[in-house]
Amino acid sequence: MLEIRNLHARIVDDGTEIIRGLNLTVKAGEVAAIMGPNGSGKSTLSYILAGREDYEVTEGDILYNGQSILEMDPAERATSGIFLAFQYPMEIPGVATMEFLKVAMNEQRKARGEEPLKIPEFLKRVKDAAALLDMDMAMLKRPLNVGFSGGEKKRAEILQMKLLEPKLCVLDETDSGLDIDALKIVSEGVNALRAPDRAIVIITHYQRLLQYIVPDSVHVLYRGQVVKSGDKSLALDLEANGYAGVIGQAA
Amino acid sequence: MNIHTTPQRTPAETALIDAFSDRLSLLPGDGTVMLKRDDAIEAIKSGLPTRRIESWHYTDLRRLLTTVPDFDPAAAPKAIAPVVEGSAVLPVLNGVSSTKLPEIEGIAVQRLSEKLADGSIAPGLDPYGADDAIGALNTAFVADGYFVDIADGTEPDKPIELQNLQAGGQTHVRLSVRVGAGAKAVIVERQAGEGAALVSSVSQLLLEEGAEVTWLIVQEQPDTATHLAQFKAHLGKDAKLTLFVMNAGGKLVRQEVVVRTTGEGADFTLRGINLLAGDTHTDVTMVLDHAVPHTASTEVIRNVVTGRARGVFQGRINVHQYAQKTNAKMACNTLLLSDDGEFSTKPELEIFADDVVCGHGATVTEIDHSHLFYLMARGIDEKTARGLLVKAFVAEVIEELDDEAIVEALETRLDGWFAAHG
Repeated sequence: MLEIRNLHARIVDDGTEIIRGLNLTVKAGEVAAIMGPNGSGKSTLSYILAGREDYEVTEGDILYNGQSILEMDPAERATSGIFLAFQYPMEIPGVATMEFLKVAMNEQRKARGEEPLKIPEFLKRVKDAAALLDMDMAMLKRPLNVGFSGGEKKRAEILQMKLLEPKLCVLDETDSGLDIDALKIVSEGVNALRAPDRAIVIITHYQRLLQYIVPDSVHVLYRGQVVKSGDKSLALDLEANGYAGVIGQAA
Repeated sequence: MNIHTTPQRTPAETALIDAFSDRLSLLPGDGTVMLKRDDAIEAIKSGLPTRRIESWHYTDLRRLLTTVPDFDPAAAPKAIAPVVEGSAVLPVLNGVSSTKLPEIEGIAVQRLSEKLADGSIAPGLDPYGADDAIGALNTAFVADGYFVDIADGTEPDKPIELQNLQAGGQTHVRLSVRVGAGAKAVIVERQAGEGAALVSSVSQLLLEEGAEVTWLIVQEQPDTATHLAQFKAHLGKDAKLTLFVMNAGGKLVRQEVVVRTTGEGADFTLRGINLLAGDTHTDVTMVLDHAVPHTASTEVIRNVVTGRARGVFQGRINVHQYAQKTNAKMACNTLLLSDDGEFSTKPELEIFADDVVCGHGATVTEIDHSHLFYLMARGIDEKTARGLLVKAFVAEVIEELDDEAIVEALETRLDGWFAAHG
């Protein structure tokens, strides 16, 4: 589903190269965890997948279902089924959360040639998804993410992911800022989305989240490259021995 | 040796002076009113204000007012539905008030032509300050409008909409409202029409002790009209005024806001939205006097500038020597969406008291790229996402009004503007 080939990318503003020859393949139905120390390029990778303009790909390619996405803008990538759950979701004053959800869902439907959702159906979907994530509907009456706690923002991201039903989900540090109860709820929300035709990429610093969302593969990112790949036992190994051992082998 | 020269009159100045001679016999007024009209036209004869006059520095009226249309007695504006559904409507069509006045309990409505004829409105025709060109223009030509008196303690259950509608030509209108002690009302001042018009409109509001008013100015003139307007208010003890101004049209617009707190505990809120497009010029100029102790004011102005539009906000807050414990805050934020647009903002605080809290701030920004990325990352195309963000920037100010019917009605006006200019 996702194939990243020899990807090199840099920050547009100052030319700093962050991703240096990254290779990664994630199949449909697979849950892949990307782990790595701070500054290894994890978040940058998530932004590049979503199409943020602050980064420029200088070499290599990103194939999604066999097609390069490099020329697609963020909205085109999203409507084609790529979803990024942000590490730090933006607060956008003045944009009502419900209005935003409705526009986003209907824009995606439009791109797929589907009719816009009728209001009752839209409300039902939001209510059902919010209930699963233990979210108060009153929260969704507020402007988008404004005044949400860190945990509420993460839940709101997963809520959007459930409603938009993407094919490739990228979760960037979704566990940061969550207490243990919220972590369980969010993990259940993600696990419910596991499906044979859907791939999930979990970017995380700690092994903690992977106790609840058990990955099929684990990849260690260091200095903009995948330096080691393995199964879920690799995450436990990292937790026990730290990144130093793996990085040492790579260097 | 000083050489004093009077510059040649512009075509607009000449047209105004000629129009006054033509109209004189038609203008209502007793002796006092007619004397004030004479003084006013003398002020116009000495020339329209230029950029050399400080309060007109960013709106050089003499240069910008290039043509003045003739009066057009045949102009017939179309009736329009009120901004808030179910409002009691008082229409002024082509400068003429209606003979059929609605009956609302506790509210006395009089045609302004009658108040001019009997001279009872005369004191209100005086200019404020030395450079009151809009006041002078209106005093010289005003023929009609309404005088509305809301009795003490009255709380009408629906808004009152004062509609000033034109269909080309000249109209000069005055809307005068007294709100009695403890009364509570929502008043909409609607300024709209079609055609190449010159409109002067002066609103006067007196709030007695403890009165509470939300006054909404909704200005949607066509981009062929010159709209020169003034809103003047006195706030008595513990009176509360929320003034909302939405400029969403007009070729040349100046909206002056002149407010004075005259009683302790008075509270003034100004919320303004300027939606600027095309090759237009819009100026909002406020002069606020905190004249007694313990009064508060906040002003928030949000501007969206597109095309080659030019905008101005001047906010002057005078805190008088005895006006201790004044609390005044002013902010002006502009979203500049085109390279050819411009916005000038000039906050002025003149403080003679020593125990006050006063502040002001101004920002000019573009659309936040991280916000845009976030919306697009959810599949919203760039144009729609930009539209959402621009609307959000101004909608925030509307939502603060905290009255569902009003918020919804104003957002409908906002959507209309974005549909036409998005």
